[in-house]
Amino acid sequence: MNVAQPISLQPAQLRDAATRLRNSDGRMQMAYAWYPEPDRIELRYVATEAKQDEFAIWGCAPTGPVPSLASIWPLMGWYEREITDLFGIDFSEHPQPQRLVLHDGANPVCPPFSPKYPADVPIQPEPVRQAVPEVVGATDDVQLLPFGPVRADVLESGEFLFFYIGEAILHYQPRLFFKHRGMEKRFEGLIPMGGVVVAERVSGVGSVAHALAYCQAVEAAAHCAVPRRARLLRVLLAELERLYNHLYYLGHLCHTTTLKVGEAQGKLLAERAKQINARLTGSRFLRSILTPGGLRRDLSPKQWLGAELKNLHEKYSIYARHLESTDSHLDRLITTGVLEQRVAFDQGATGPVQRASGFDRDLRRDHPYAGYGELPVTVPVRKSGDAHARAQIRMAEIDASIGLIQRVLLLLPDGPIATECKAPPRSEGLGWTESPRGTLFYAVHFDDRGRLARVKIKSPSFSNWRVFPFTVHGSNMMDYAINEASFGLTIAGCDR
Amino acid sequence: MPLWTLLGLMEGKQTAPWPRTVGADGQAGFIGMPRYNPERCTDACQACADVCPTRAITMRQTADEGDGKAGRLDVDYGRCVVCQLCTEACPTDAMTPSSDWAFGAARREDLVWRTRPSAPIAPADRSRRSFRRSLHIRHVDAGSCNGCESELQALNNPFYNLHRLGIFFTASPRFADLLLVTGPVTNAMLTPLRATYEAMPEPRWVMAIGTCAISGGIAEGGYASGHGLDGVLPVDVYLPGCPPNPAAIVHALLMFLDRIPQRVSGGRLDQ
Repeated sequence: MNVAQPISLQPAQLRDAATRLRNSDGRMQMAYAWYPEPDRIELRYVATEAKQDEFAIWGCAPTGPVPSLASIWPLMGWYEREITDLFGIDFSEHPQPQRLVLHDGANPVCPPFSPKYPADVPIQPEPVRQAVPEVVGATDDVQLLPFGPVRADVLESGEFLFFYIGEAILHYQPRLFFKHRGMEKRFEGLIPMGGVVVAERVSGVGSVAHALAYCQAVEAAAHCAVPRRARLLRVLLAELERLYNHLYYLGHLCHTTTLKVGEAQGKLLAERAKQINARLTGSRFLRSILTPGGLRRDLSPKQWLGAELKNLHEKYSIYARHLESTDSHLDRLITTGVLEQRVAFDQGATGPVQRASGFDRDLRRDHPYAGYGELPVTVPVRKSGDAHARAQIRMAEIDASIGLIQRVLLLLPDGPIATECKAPPRSEGLGWTESPRGTLFYAVHFDDRGRLARVKIKSPSFSNWRVFPFTVHGSNMMDYAINEASFGLTIAGCDR
Repeated sequence: MPLWTLLGLMEGKQTAPWPRTVGADGQAGFIGMPRYNPERCTDACQACADVCPTRAITMRQTADEGDGKAGRLDVDYGRCVVCQLCTEACPTDAMTPSSDWAFGAARREDLVWRTRPSAPIAPADRSRRSFRRSLHIRHVDAGSCNGCESELQALNNPFYNLHRLGIFFTASPRFADLLLVTGPVTNAMLTPLRATYEAMPEPRWVMAIGTCAISGGIAEGGYASGHGLDGVLPVDVYLPGCPPNPAAIVHALLMFLDRIPQRVSGGRLDQ
């Protein structure tokens, strides 16, 4: 896998390194902390250098507060706040030093990821009023709408604060992490296969992407080569996941623009795709197939899957043509929730959201994994950054996904589907996938016994939830639901 | 301007004839709860218990069969996350993959494997009868992975078309008869969950959807997650699965309304 050896940096060198990366067209990806020894914390930063297909990794041993990189890379703000909440490391000169993952009132005896934290003791949150941002100036007409965490319809839990005057939203603040389950901690002490079961349940609609990124991280640590049949079948599974997610996305977007038949048709197509998943793998979410080293069992898609998908694609094409020529639908999408390219970059937008704002990036093509290296991956890009562009990216990706699956069915060789995969003690690996919602990273560290010591998950929704509010400030209430649907966010992946 | 109505009509009727017609439930190929065959279980083997990630399978300390449990294993489907590791680890087919998914149960003990299934289920509470053709549900996500939500959202697609059965999701707990909970109940969701329940008018019922809501599932315990609804709210229907498919949810809802019988007893389906 294309990961460089970790570079060791002193805390005082971090800002210079981050500035150099910024000036040389590189990109910061994520940061996390872990305990190499029970009494020693190390920070890890993952970055991409321009025109290099290797990921750069920086290691840094904190001695007191660490210089915050959020003023150089705004997207780092959330990673640093998470590390403060869960590892107790402070960052100096952080522009938003509030809590993120743990809410006000949740006061653990020691940071939850510390080896000293007592096992299976839940944090008992004290009932305190959550801090509400202050509105300054002429505030007489400003109303506050706190919405959630239990919201209308069948939706994930999250609370949203709207400060608004009439229809106009002045300020919007999502309050997430109600669903924080401490999933990264659930990996600790497991054998590699046990980690797959957990990874599949971090974000249900991203089961394949999560399990695949996890497996690839373990394979990177073990230096094992997955057989070609398994690599191509992994592409097939990942694209089937993209397919049902994007189809549901289009149906849900129609729900918000009140296009009723469009909603029914989109959700019906998503249901058909899920039924195909169950027929192929036994799971509507394509679970229980992946394992480090390959696949748990072989799949036999050749005889029927191509015909089923051709049928689905024909129906989808008619549906997409209708959507793209329905004025009432397009009228609600075009110019709604515009994400400027600069903001998308600074705040770390990923996946279809960044591709709709002019970034031509896709891990499947830029850092190929599984069988993508031998397949033509088309990456649709739009420049307008509005809800319509985000929908169009997904529509183009549905066509591309079906094309990729048909290609895999043609190429699929006979042969073994798994190889032995044993990660040596104290090894580590980085795995990634381009999930339906964007870049997903798993960083995996093993302990002395070859069991999981630390697993860090960077989910695409963690990135895109940070970006999303920038498109809401200054917009209006009527467009909010459409804008949110156009981002296609999950809270489970973000909160973990 | 496209003719959406015409497009819809040309699709024809897409709704499943199930549950009126047996089969045709859209779950072809679906792998459900592993089936336990105690007679095939051999001594000195604990492969399945070793791989089970949620302690749904545990070794029995004694061979006492007085309580109706058989063999050397305790199998609790209320803890099963359907990962199929036991079916792969078992050398003797004592744990085999199956298509069993209609696991909705009125009592927690119905999900635990026993030789003698427990006594038949008493007819549902009479006060539910007036809700049989008009049930309003409030859903609360208490920290799920979004898998259960994805399947709950599927209930309103044309294939399952939940409205035809007189069952509706409602926005306000004030209008709700049934509280449908997913997720292991995270620390931060405990208070909102209780507040939602308190806001519901009597009579009110609770359904635990998915293994997380019953026992915590894969996320159970640790610093942030609870152990499901046990000890948090009184539960009237348990539906394990990871996630349960939409047909299983429909089955559990109709079972709750006493419109079709419960199928699971002693940890397995009637055949």
